[in-house]
Amino acid sequence: MTKQLLDSKEIERTLTRISHEIIERNKGTEGLCLVGIQRGGVHLAERIAKKIKNTEGADIPVGSLDISFYRDDFRIRQPSVVSRTDMPFDVEGKKVVIVDDVFFTGRSIRAAMDAIMDMGRPALVQLAVLVDRGHRELPIRADYAGKNIPTSRGERVEVLLEEDGHADSVLLVPEEEAKDRDKNNRPGGEK
Amino acid sequence: MAGASGRHLLGIKELSAQDIMLYLNSAGSFKDILKRDIKKVPALRGRTVVNLFLEPSTRTRTSFELAAKRLSTDVINFSAPSSSILKGESLLDTALTVEALGADIIIIRHSSSGTPHMLSRHLKAHLINAGDGTNEHPTQALLDAFTIKEKKGGFEGLKVAIVGDIIHSRVAKSNVYCLKKLGADIRLVGPATLLPEEFRELGVSTTSSMDEGLDGADVIMMLRLQLERQGKGFFPTTAEYFRQWGLSKRRLEAAKPDAIVMHPGPMNRGIEIASAVADGDNSVILEQVTNGLAVRMAVMYHLDERKEQ
Repeated sequence: MTKQLLDSKEIERTLTRISHEIIERNKGTEGLCLVGIQRGGVHLAERIAKKIKNTEGADIPVGSLDISFYRDDFRIRQPSVVSRTDMPFDVEGKKVVIVDDVFFTGRSIRAAMDAIMDMGRPALVQLAVLVDRGHRELPIRADYAGKNIPTSRGERVEVLLEEDGHADSVLLVPEEEAKDRDKNNRPGGEK
Repeated sequence: MAGASGRHLLGIKELSAQDIMLYLNSAGSFKDILKRDIKKVPALRGRTVVNLFLEPSTRTRTSFELAAKRLSTDVINFSAPSSSILKGESLLDTALTVEALGADIIIIRHSSSGTPHMLSRHLKAHLINAGDGTNEHPTQALLDAFTIKEKKGGFEGLKVAIVGDIIHSRVAKSNVYCLKKLGADIRLVGPATLLPEEFRELGVSTTSSMDEGLDGADVIMMLRLQLERQGKGFFPTTAEYFRQWGLSKRRLEAAKPDAIVMHPGPMNRGIEIASAVADGDNSVILEQVTNGLAVRMAVMYHLDERKEQ
Protein backbone atom coordinates (compact mmCIF):
# COMPACT_ATOMS: atom_id res chain seq x y z
CA MET A 1 0.00 0.00 0.00
CA THR A 2 1.23 3.44 -0.96
CA LYS A 3 1.55 5.70 2.08
CA GLN A 4 1.36 9.48 2.13
CA LEU A 5 4.36 11.00 3.90
CA LEU A 6 3.53 14.67 3.43
CA ASP A 7 0.35 16.42 2.35
CA SER A 8 0.11 19.78 0.64
CA LYS A 9 0.01 21.80 3.90
CA GLU A 10 3.04 19.99 5.26
CA ILE A 11 4.98 20.55 2.02
CA GLU A 12 4.22 24.28 2.18
CA ARG A 13 5.24 24.49 5.85
CA THR A 14 8.46 22.59 5.16
CA LEU A 15 9.41 24.85 2.25
CA THR A 16 8.70 27.93 4.38
CA ARG A 17 11.02 26.61 7.06
CA ILE A 18 13.77 25.84 4.52
CA SER A 19 13.43 29.36 3.06
CA HIS A 20 13.93 30.89 6.52
CA GLU A 21 16.89 28.66 7.23
CA ILE A 22 18.55 29.64 3.95
CA ILE A 23 18.23 33.36 4.78
CA GLU A 24 19.39 32.84 8.36
CA ARG A 25 22.42 30.70 7.49
CA ASN A 26 23.55 33.08 4.73
CA LYS A 27 22.79 36.22 6.82
CA GLY A 28 20.46 37.64 4.17
CA THR A 29 20.15 37.26 0.43
CA GLU A 30 23.34 38.93 -0.81
CA GLY A 31 24.83 36.90 -3.69
CA LEU A 32 22.29 34.11 -3.19
CA CYS A 33 20.96 32.03 -6.07
CA LEU A 34 19.00 28.77 -6.35
CA VAL A 35 19.60 25.93 -8.79
CA GLY A 36 16.87 23.32 -9.15
CA ILE A 37 17.71 19.89 -10.53
CA GLN A 38 15.41 18.89 -13.41
CA ARG A 39 12.61 18.32 -13.02
CA GLY A 40 11.19 18.22 -9.48
CA GLY A 41 13.91 20.40 -7.99
CA VAL A 42 13.15 23.27 -10.35
CA HIS A 43 9.58 23.72 -9.13
CA LEU A 44 10.71 23.59 -5.51
CA ALA A 45 13.49 26.14 -6.17
CA GLU A 46 10.92 28.50 -7.68
CA ARG A 47 8.63 28.12 -4.67
CA ILE A 48 11.49 28.79 -2.25
CA ALA A 49 12.49 31.90 -4.25
CA LYS A 50 8.91 33.17 -3.99
CA LYS A 51 8.88 32.64 -0.22
CA ILE A 52 12.19 34.46 0.18
CA LYS A 53 10.79 37.32 -1.89
CA ASN A 54 7.78 37.50 0.44
CA THR A 55 9.84 37.77 3.62
CA GLU A 56 12.94 39.64 2.40
CA GLY A 57 11.62 41.47 -0.64
CA ALA A 58 14.61 40.32 -2.67
CA ASP A 59 14.50 38.62 -6.07
CA ILE A 60 16.61 35.48 -5.96
CA PRO A 61 17.67 34.18 -9.39
CA VAL A 62 16.59 30.59 -10.07
CA GLY A 63 18.34 28.29 -12.52
CA SER A 64 17.36 24.85 -13.77
CA LEU A 65 19.96 22.18 -14.28
CA ASP A 66 19.84 19.00 -16.36
CA ILE A 67 22.53 16.66 -15.08
CA SER A 68 22.35 14.02 -17.86
CA PHE A 69 25.86 14.80 -19.14
CA TYR A 70 27.38 14.42 -15.69
CA ARG A 71 25.73 11.25 -14.43
CA ASP A 72 27.88 8.25 -13.52
CA ASP A 73 25.15 5.80 -14.53
CA PHE A 74 24.87 6.89 -18.17
CA ARG A 75 25.85 3.41 -19.27
CA ILE A 76 22.51 2.14 -17.98
CA ARG A 77 20.38 5.17 -18.76
CA GLN A 78 17.19 5.11 -20.78
CA PRO A 79 17.09 6.96 -24.10
CA SER A 80 15.33 10.25 -23.53
CA VAL A 81 15.50 13.83 -24.67
CA VAL A 82 18.01 15.92 -22.74
CA SER A 83 16.17 18.78 -21.00
CA ARG A 84 17.45 22.29 -21.35
CA THR A 85 19.76 23.67 -18.69
CA ASP A 86 18.79 27.28 -18.06
CA MET A 87 21.09 29.31 -15.84
CA PRO A 88 20.10 32.97 -16.27
CA PHE A 89 22.99 34.16 -14.09
CA ASP A 90 26.74 33.72 -13.66
CA VAL A 91 27.60 31.37 -10.77
CA GLU A 92 31.04 32.97 -10.36
CA GLY A 93 31.43 34.16 -6.75
CA LYS A 94 27.77 33.39 -5.90
CA LYS A 95 26.26 31.48 -2.98
CA VAL A 96 24.59 28.63 -4.84
CA VAL A 97 21.90 26.55 -3.18
CA ILE A 98 21.16 23.33 -5.08
CA VAL A 99 17.51 22.28 -4.66
CA ASP A 100 16.24 18.74 -5.22
CA ASP A 101 13.08 16.88 -4.27
CA VAL A 102 14.43 13.56 -2.96
CA PHE A 103 17.91 13.04 -1.50
CA PHE A 104 18.92 9.39 -1.96
CA THR A 105 22.33 8.03 -3.02
CA GLY A 106 23.89 11.46 -3.45
CA ARG A 107 24.98 10.69 -7.01
CA SER A 108 22.67 13.27 -8.61
CA ILE A 109 24.07 15.91 -6.27
CA ARG A 110 27.64 14.93 -7.19
CA ALA A 111 26.69 15.31 -10.86
CA ALA A 112 25.02 18.66 -10.19
CA MET A 113 28.11 19.96 -8.37
CA ASP A 114 30.33 18.97 -11.30
CA ALA A 115 27.96 20.66 -13.75
CA ILE A 116 27.95 23.88 -11.71
CA MET A 117 31.75 23.87 -11.33
CA ASP A 118 32.05 23.71 -15.13
CA MET A 119 30.09 26.97 -15.33
CA GLY A 120 32.30 28.91 -12.95
CA ARG A 121 33.59 29.10 -9.39
CA PRO A 122 30.85 29.79 -6.85
CA ALA A 123 31.80 31.23 -3.45
CA LEU A 124 29.99 28.31 -1.82
CA VAL A 125 27.53 25.56 -2.68
CA GLN A 126 24.79 24.36 -0.33
CA LEU A 127 22.10 21.70 -0.68
CA ALA A 128 18.39 21.91 0.13
CA VAL A 129 16.11 18.86 -0.22
CA LEU A 130 12.46 18.28 0.50
CA VAL A 131 12.91 14.65 1.56
CA ASP A 132 16.04 12.87 2.80
CA ARG A 133 15.44 9.14 2.50
CA GLY A 134 18.92 7.92 3.42
CA HIS A 135 21.10 5.27 1.67
CA ARG A 136 23.93 7.63 0.78
CA GLU A 137 26.68 6.21 -1.46
CA LEU A 138 28.86 9.32 -1.39
CA PRO A 139 30.08 11.61 1.41
CA ILE A 140 27.49 14.31 0.75
CA ARG A 141 25.00 15.79 3.23
CA ALA A 142 22.14 18.26 2.99
CA ASP A 143 22.40 21.72 4.53
CA TYR A 144 18.61 22.03 4.60
CA ALA A 145 16.47 18.89 4.82
CA GLY A 146 12.69 19.14 4.83
CA LYS A 147 11.90 15.75 6.26
CA ASN A 148 14.03 12.73 7.13
CA ILE A 149 12.24 9.53 6.22
CA PRO A 150 13.69 6.09 6.90
CA THR A 151 13.10 3.89 3.84
CA SER A 152 14.27 0.57 2.50
CA ARG A 153 16.29 0.59 -0.70
CA GLY A 154 13.64 -0.94 -2.93
CA GLU A 155 10.91 1.46 -1.88
CA ARG A 156 10.29 4.58 -3.91
CA VAL A 157 9.64 8.12 -2.74
CA GLU A 158 7.48 10.11 -5.14
CA VAL A 159 7.05 13.85 -4.98
CA LEU A 160 3.94 15.03 -6.80
CA LEU A 161 3.56 18.74 -7.40
CA GLU A 162 0.84 21.08 -8.64
CA GLU A 163 3.17 22.41 -11.35
CA ASP A 164 2.99 18.99 -13.00
CA GLY A 165 -0.78 18.77 -12.67
CA HIS A 166 -1.03 16.81 -9.40
CA ALA A 167 -2.20 17.69 -5.92
CA ASP A 168 0.89 18.39 -3.78
CA SER A 169 1.90 15.21 -2.03
CA VAL A 170 4.88 13.04 -1.06
CA LEU A 171 4.27 9.30 -1.30
CA LEU A 172 6.13 6.19 -0.17
CA VAL A 173 5.61 3.44 -2.76
CA PRO A 174 6.39 -0.12 -1.61
CA GLU A 175 8.92 -2.20 -3.53
CA GLU A 176 6.45 -4.53 -5.26
CA GLU A 177 4.31 -1.69 -6.49
CA ALA A 178 7.34 0.26 -7.71
CA LYS A 179 8.46 -2.76 -9.74
CA ASP A 180 5.02 -3.17 -11.25
CA ARG A 181 5.02 0.42 -12.35
CA ASP A 182 8.47 0.02 -13.93
CA LYS A 183 7.12 -2.89 -15.93
CA ASN A 184 4.49 -0.57 -17.30
CA ASN A 185 7.34 1.53 -18.61
CA ARG A 186 7.13 4.39 -16.21
CA PRO A 187 10.18 6.57 -16.77
CA GLY A 188 11.94 7.58 -13.60
CA GLY A 189 15.28 7.80 -11.91
CA GLU A 190 16.86 6.43 -8.80
CA LYS A 191 14.37 7.99 -6.49
CA MET B 1 16.64 -2.15 -36.99
CA ALA B 2 18.14 1.17 -37.92
CA GLY B 3 15.55 3.32 -36.16
CA ALA B 4 16.29 5.32 -33.05
CA SER B 5 16.21 1.95 -31.40
CA GLY B 6 18.89 0.92 -33.92
CA ARG B 7 22.53 1.11 -32.99
CA HIS B 8 23.69 3.00 -36.08
CA LEU B 9 22.83 6.12 -38.03
CA LEU B 10 23.03 4.89 -41.61
CA GLY B 11 20.48 7.16 -43.26
CA ILE B 12 17.41 9.29 -42.67
CA LYS B 13 15.38 6.93 -44.85
CA GLU B 14 15.38 4.34 -42.03
CA LEU B 15 14.30 6.81 -39.30
CA SER B 16 10.80 7.70 -38.12
CA ALA B 17 9.71 11.28 -37.48
CA GLN B 18 9.90 10.45 -33.77
CA ASP B 19 13.52 9.26 -34.11
CA ILE B 20 14.41 12.51 -35.88
CA MET B 21 12.69 14.65 -33.25
CA LEU B 22 14.65 12.95 -30.44
CA TYR B 23 17.87 14.28 -31.99
CA LEU B 24 16.41 17.72 -32.75
CA ASN B 25 14.92 18.13 -29.27
CA SER B 26 18.17 17.26 -27.55
CA ALA B 27 20.44 19.29 -29.85
CA GLY B 28 19.56 22.57 -28.10
CA SER B 29 21.05 21.32 -24.84
CA PHE B 30 24.26 20.45 -26.65
CA LYS B 31 24.33 23.84 -28.34
CA ASP B 32 24.19 25.47 -24.90
CA ILE B 33 27.42 23.69 -23.96
CA LEU B 34 29.17 25.27 -26.95
CA LYS B 35 28.33 28.74 -25.65
CA ARG B 36 29.89 28.14 -22.24
CA ASP B 37 33.32 29.01 -20.99
CA ILE B 38 34.11 25.32 -20.49
CA LYS B 39 32.83 23.83 -23.74
CA LYS B 40 33.04 20.21 -22.68
CA VAL B 41 30.98 17.70 -20.71
CA PRO B 42 32.03 14.28 -19.40
CA ALA B 43 29.02 12.51 -20.95
CA LEU B 44 31.01 10.01 -23.06
CA ARG B 45 34.23 9.94 -21.04
CA GLY B 46 36.28 6.85 -21.80
CA ARG B 47 34.69 6.23 -25.20
CA THR B 48 36.75 6.06 -28.39
CA VAL B 49 35.56 7.60 -31.64
CA VAL B 50 37.25 6.85 -34.96
CA ASN B 51 36.84 9.09 -37.98
CA LEU B 52 37.23 6.76 -40.94
CA PHE B 53 37.22 9.15 -43.88
CA LEU B 54 37.98 7.48 -47.18
CA GLU B 55 36.94 10.46 -49.27
CA PRO B 56 38.46 13.91 -48.85
CA SER B 57 36.64 16.08 -46.31
CA THR B 58 37.85 18.69 -43.91
CA ARG B 59 34.67 20.37 -42.76
CA THR B 60 32.63 17.32 -41.84
CA ARG B 61 35.57 15.49 -40.34
CA THR B 62 36.54 18.50 -38.22
CA SER B 63 32.95 18.92 -37.08
CA PHE B 64 32.69 15.27 -35.99
CA GLU B 65 36.10 15.44 -34.33
CA LEU B 66 35.24 18.53 -32.32
CA ALA B 67 31.77 17.21 -31.42
CA ALA B 68 33.35 13.99 -30.12
CA LYS B 69 35.93 15.93 -28.11
CA ARG B 70 33.22 18.14 -26.56
CA LEU B 71 31.73 14.92 -25.17
CA SER B 72 35.11 13.96 -23.65
CA THR B 73 35.79 11.02 -25.96
CA ASP B 74 39.18 10.16 -27.43
CA VAL B 75 39.25 10.69 -31.19
CA ILE B 76 41.39 9.05 -33.84
CA ASN B 77 41.42 10.29 -37.43
CA PHE B 78 41.94 7.72 -40.10
CA SER B 79 41.96 9.14 -43.61
CA ALA B 80 42.54 7.64 -47.01
CA PRO B 81 45.95 8.95 -48.09
CA SER B 82 47.66 7.93 -44.85
CA SER B 83 45.89 4.63 -44.34
CA SER B 84 46.67 1.08 -45.19
CA ILE B 85 43.87 1.15 -47.77
CA LEU B 86 46.61 2.36 -50.07
CA LYS B 87 48.58 -0.74 -49.25
CA GLY B 88 45.75 -2.90 -50.53
CA GLU B 89 43.88 -3.69 -47.32
CA SER B 90 40.17 -4.21 -47.86
CA LEU B 91 37.75 -1.71 -46.36
CA LEU B 92 36.23 -4.33 -44.10
CA ASP B 93 39.64 -5.34 -42.77
CA THR B 94 40.43 -1.70 -42.06
CA ALA B 95 37.14 -1.29 -40.21
CA LEU B 96 37.64 -4.48 -38.21
CA THR B 97 41.15 -3.32 -37.30
CA VAL B 98 39.79 0.01 -36.13
CA GLU B 99 37.21 -1.81 -34.04
CA ALA B 100 39.86 -4.11 -32.56
CA LEU B 101 41.69 -0.97 -31.42
CA GLY B 102 38.68 -0.33 -29.21
CA ALA B 103 36.48 2.01 -31.25
CA ASP B 104 33.02 2.48 -29.74
CA ILE B 105 31.77 4.77 -32.49
CA ILE B 106 33.02 4.71 -36.09
CA ILE B 107 32.22 7.61 -38.39
CA ILE B 108 32.48 6.55 -41.99
CA ARG B 109 32.67 8.52 -45.23
CA HIS B 110 33.09 6.66 -48.47
CA SER B 111 32.63 7.37 -52.17
CA SER B 112 30.52 4.23 -52.67
CA SER B 113 26.82 4.28 -51.77
CA GLY B 114 25.88 1.66 -49.19
CA THR B 115 29.32 1.28 -47.60
CA PRO B 116 28.09 2.03 -44.03
CA HIS B 117 25.22 -0.44 -44.49
CA MET B 118 27.65 -3.16 -45.56
CA LEU B 119 29.97 -2.47 -42.60
CA SER B 120 27.07 -2.44 -40.14
CA ARG B 121 26.55 -6.15 -40.80
CA HIS B 122 30.03 -6.94 -39.53
CA LEU B 123 30.78 -4.45 -36.75
CA LYS B 124 29.76 -4.18 -33.10
CA ALA B 125 30.70 -0.50 -32.86
CA HIS B 126 28.09 2.19 -33.54
CA LEU B 127 28.36 3.45 -37.12
CA ILE B 128 27.55 6.96 -38.26
CA ASN B 129 27.28 7.63 -41.98
CA ALA B 130 29.14 10.85 -42.78
CA GLY B 131 28.29 10.61 -46.49
CA ASP B 132 28.20 7.56 -48.76
CA GLY B 133 28.48 8.20 -52.50
CA THR B 134 25.32 9.76 -53.87
CA ASN B 135 23.16 8.05 -51.23
CA GLU B 136 22.86 9.93 -47.93
CA HIS B 137 24.49 12.38 -45.52
CA PRO B 138 22.16 12.02 -42.54
CA THR B 139 23.84 14.34 -40.02
CA GLN B 140 23.75 17.18 -42.58
CA ALA B 141 19.98 16.73 -42.91
CA LEU B 142 19.58 16.66 -39.11
CA LEU B 143 21.60 19.85 -38.66
CA ASP B 144 19.62 21.53 -41.44
CA ALA B 145 16.34 20.46 -39.81
CA PHE B 146 17.56 21.71 -36.42
CA THR B 147 18.47 25.07 -37.99
CA ILE B 148 15.03 25.31 -39.62
CA LYS B 149 13.32 24.40 -36.34
CA GLU B 150 15.26 27.11 -34.52
CA LYS B 151 14.41 29.75 -37.10
CA LYS B 152 10.88 28.75 -38.08
CA GLY B 153 9.61 26.93 -35.00
CA GLY B 154 8.27 23.90 -36.88
CA PHE B 155 7.95 22.10 -40.19
CA GLU B 156 4.27 21.53 -40.95
CA GLY B 157 3.39 23.17 -44.27
CA LEU B 158 6.72 25.00 -44.47
CA LYS B 159 7.73 25.71 -48.08
CA VAL B 160 11.27 24.51 -48.68
CA ALA B 161 13.09 24.95 -52.01
CA ILE B 162 16.16 22.79 -52.57
CA VAL B 163 18.17 24.21 -55.46
CA GLY B 164 20.98 22.90 -57.64
CA ASP B 165 22.63 19.62 -58.48
CA ILE B 166 19.98 17.40 -56.92
CA ILE B 167 20.83 14.19 -58.70
CA HIS B 168 24.39 13.93 -57.39
CA SER B 169 23.60 15.30 -53.96
CA ARG B 170 23.39 13.06 -50.91
CA VAL B 171 22.64 16.22 -48.93
CA ALA B 172 19.51 16.79 -51.02
CA LYS B 173 18.45 13.19 -50.70
CA SER B 174 18.79 13.09 -46.90
CA ASN B 175 17.04 16.45 -46.62
CA VAL B 176 14.12 15.30 -48.75
CA TYR B 177 13.63 12.21 -46.59
CA CYS B 178 13.97 14.22 -43.39
CA LEU B 179 11.80 17.24 -44.20
CA LYS B 180 9.15 15.09 -45.85
CA LYS B 181 8.82 12.99 -42.69
CA LEU B 182 8.48 16.18 -40.66
CA GLY B 183 5.66 17.52 -42.84
CA ALA B 184 7.35 20.20 -44.97
CA ASP B 185 6.31 21.04 -48.52
CA ILE B 186 9.36 20.50 -50.74
CA ARG B 187 10.18 21.77 -54.24
CA LEU B 188 13.33 20.70 -56.04
CA VAL B 189 14.77 23.29 -58.42
CA GLY B 190 17.54 22.93 -60.98
CA PRO B 191 18.43 22.13 -64.58
CA ALA B 192 16.30 19.26 -65.89
CA THR B 193 19.49 17.22 -66.41
CA LEU B 194 20.16 17.35 -62.66
CA LEU B 195 16.60 16.71 -61.42
CA PRO B 196 15.90 13.06 -60.70
CA GLU B 197 12.43 11.84 -61.58
CA GLU B 198 12.48 9.25 -58.78
CA PHE B 199 11.93 11.93 -56.14
CA ARG B 200 8.42 12.65 -57.43
CA GLU B 201 7.36 9.38 -55.86
CA LEU B 202 8.22 10.86 -52.47
CA GLY B 203 5.64 13.58 -53.02
CA VAL B 204 7.92 16.49 -53.85
CA SER B 205 7.46 18.81 -56.82
CA THR B 206 10.18 19.65 -59.31
CA THR B 207 10.74 22.65 -61.55
CA SER B 208 13.50 24.08 -63.71
CA SER B 209 12.29 27.63 -63.17
CA MET B 210 13.99 29.43 -60.32
CA ASP B 211 11.25 32.06 -59.95
CA GLU B 212 8.58 29.39 -59.75
CA GLY B 213 10.58 27.28 -57.30
CA LEU B 214 11.37 30.15 -54.95
CA ASP B 215 7.87 31.68 -55.02
CA GLY B 216 6.74 32.17 -51.42
CA ALA B 217 9.48 29.90 -50.02
CA ASP B 218 10.21 29.94 -46.27
CA VAL B 219 13.51 28.11 -46.66
CA ILE B 220 15.96 28.10 -49.57
CA MET B 221 18.55 25.38 -49.48
CA MET B 222 21.33 25.91 -52.00
CA LEU B 223 23.52 22.99 -53.00
CA ARG B 224 27.13 23.13 -54.05
CA LEU B 225 27.58 22.80 -57.80
CA GLN B 226 30.08 19.99 -58.08
CA LEU B 227 32.50 21.58 -60.50
CA GLU B 228 33.86 18.24 -61.56
CA ARG B 229 30.52 17.83 -63.37
CA GLN B 230 31.33 20.74 -65.63
CA GLY B 231 31.85 19.83 -69.28
CA LYS B 232 29.84 16.64 -68.94
CA GLY B 233 26.76 18.05 -70.58
CA PHE B 234 24.67 18.68 -67.47
CA PHE B 235 24.74 22.47 -67.98
CA PRO B 236 26.44 24.83 -70.49
CA THR B 237 28.87 26.97 -68.43
CA THR B 238 29.13 28.10 -64.81
CA ALA B 239 28.23 31.66 -65.88
CA GLU B 240 25.09 30.39 -67.58
CA TYR B 241 24.36 28.24 -64.53
CA PHE B 242 24.47 31.30 -62.27
CA ARG B 243 22.16 33.24 -64.61
CA GLN B 244 19.58 30.45 -64.53
CA TRP B 245 19.88 28.85 -61.09
CA GLY B 246 22.21 31.02 -59.02
CA LEU B 247 20.73 32.78 -55.97
CA SER B 248 21.08 36.52 -56.48
CA LYS B 249 19.50 39.36 -54.50
CA ARG B 250 16.87 39.78 -57.19
CA ARG B 251 15.98 36.10 -57.26
CA LEU B 252 15.66 36.05 -53.48
CA GLU B 253 12.79 38.56 -53.75
CA ALA B 254 10.49 35.80 -54.99
CA ALA B 255 10.75 34.10 -51.58
CA LYS B 256 9.10 35.31 -48.35
CA PRO B 257 10.85 38.37 -46.89
CA ASP B 258 11.87 36.37 -43.81
CA ALA B 259 13.02 33.33 -45.78
CA ILE B 260 16.24 31.75 -44.60
CA VAL B 261 19.06 30.88 -47.01
CA MET B 262 21.05 27.74 -46.29
CA HIS B 263 24.12 26.11 -47.84
CA PRO B 264 25.93 22.98 -46.66
CA GLY B 265 29.32 24.33 -47.77
CA PRO B 266 31.80 24.66 -49.24
CA MET B 267 30.26 27.48 -51.30
CA ASN B 268 31.11 28.49 -54.84
CA ARG B 269 30.49 32.22 -54.63
CA GLY B 270 29.26 33.62 -57.91
CA ILE B 271 28.32 30.19 -59.26
CA GLU B 272 25.40 28.93 -57.18
CA ILE B 273 25.12 31.83 -54.75
CA ALA B 274 25.94 35.55 -54.91
CA SER B 275 28.18 36.92 -52.16
CA ALA B 276 25.56 39.54 -51.31
CA VAL B 277 23.13 36.72 -50.46
CA ALA B 278 25.64 34.42 -48.76
CA ASP B 279 26.64 37.26 -46.43
CA GLY B 280 23.19 38.87 -46.30
CA ASP B 281 20.55 39.11 -43.58
CA ASN B 282 18.65 36.00 -44.72
CA SER B 283 21.72 33.77 -44.61
CA VAL B 284 22.05 31.24 -41.78
CA ILE B 285 25.05 29.50 -43.36
CA LEU B 286 27.48 30.02 -40.48
CA GLU B 287 24.87 29.02 -37.92
CA GLN B 288 24.53 25.74 -39.78
CA VAL B 289 28.18 25.09 -39.00
CA THR B 290 27.68 25.67 -35.26
CA ASN B 291 24.48 23.63 -35.27
CA GLY B 292 26.37 20.80 -36.98
CA LEU B 293 28.49 20.42 -33.84
CA ALA B 294 25.43 20.35 -31.56
CA VAL B 295 23.55 17.84 -33.70
CA ARG B 296 26.55 15.52 -34.08
CA MET B 297 27.00 15.59 -30.29
CA ALA B 298 23.34 14.65 -29.88
CA VAL B 299 23.68 11.79 -32.37
CA MET B 300 26.74 10.31 -30.67
CA TYR B 301 25.18 10.75 -27.23
CA HIS B 302 21.94 9.01 -28.15
CA LEU B 303 23.58 6.21 -30.16
CA ASP B 304 25.70 5.43 -27.13
CA GLU B 305 22.45 4.71 -25.25
CA ARG B 306 21.57 1.82 -27.55
CA LYS B 307 22.64 -1.55 -26.27
CA GLU B 308 23.95 -4.42 -28.28
CA GLN B 309 21.13 -6.69 -29.32
